[in-house]
Amino acid sequence: MKNIKYLLVGIYFGIVLVKSQVISWFRIQEMFQLTSFHMYGVIGTAVITGMISVQLIRRFGIKTFAGEPISIAPKQFDKGQIFGGIIFGLGWAITGACPGPLFAQIGSGFTVVVITLLSAIAGTWVYGLLEKKLPH
Amino acid sequence: MILLQAMLQPWHWAIGGFLIGLTVPLLLLLGNKPFGISSSLRHICAACFPADISFFKYDWKAQKWNLFFAGGILIGAFIAAHWTQGNGEMEIAAATKERLQNYQIHNYQGLLPQELFNWNNLFTLKGLIFFVVGGFLVGFGTRYAGGCTSGHSIMGLSNLQWPSLVATICFMVGGFISANVILPWVFSILN
Repeated sequence: MKNIKYLLVGIYFGIVLVKSQVISWFRIQEMFQLTSFHMYGVIGTAVITGMISVQLIRRFGIKTFAGEPISIAPKQFDKGQIFGGIIFGLGWAITGACPGPLFAQIGSGFTVVVITLLSAIAGTWVYGLLEKKLPH
Repeated sequence: MILLQAMLQPWHWAIGGFLIGLTVPLLLLLGNKPFGISSSLRHICAACFPADISFFKYDWKAQKWNLFFAGGILIGAFIAAHWTQGNGEMEIAAATKERLQNYQIHNYQGLLPQELFNWNNLFTLKGLIFFVVGGFLVGFGTRYAGGCTSGHSIMGLSNLQWPSLVATICFMVGGFISANVILPWVFSILN
């Protein structure tokens, strides 16, 4: 089963999300109330680590373990990044979670977050329904 | 032994951030996959309720890896929470703690406040706001923005994509408004 390795990366990522407390509603409130550096430190370090990795992969033409070339699709700009971004931000501070931490909050024992996840799926579905009518 | 004990404590932001960042090259090297999670919500819609909507008519099975990744996050969080978690109180910045007390949040035992995130609140105004409305905004907003904190703020910024910087700034703007304007108002109604 070729997808098992992604399950394993997910397990790794889930452990890191819990141990670095980024799934904590409390840490998210601190971030948006500017009372702690923790979340800024986590996200900043993650971006720098990712950036150096991607540049190294580019510079040295590193291939996947299976020997395939690595290519990353560029992100296209549209107004969704502004409107959708702000809408997501509103929800981020309320739930204390972005999509990854939603799964992690459930796993860490706050099972009621299943409802939040179902509602996020509903939100995604409604976006799909309205996609063509929304400004992009 | 000391290292093991340190592993069981909450981690320093630099260690957490570094290990989160490593997910980017890990997924690229394992199969040329771009780090991102919110797409999994789209795949769930496409798999379960496509309803003849064009946005959900695509080969979601080709993206199945993302669902395995999301499922793994749930398992990993379970492992971390059940076998490595201390039962001490969260250390919370004094100014934030003061505000939380005004919100009538006094339990700092877990990563999330028990007063909000428990099943008894499901059919209350609290539950409607914190689970249903909050979750909806997360799902709708991330899809409209074309990604979340992982897809835009970490993967997109790692790849120097300016639209991801725009998205990240807007995530923060929304969060600041929500935490400093909307939530104080919500709690004043709730309490």
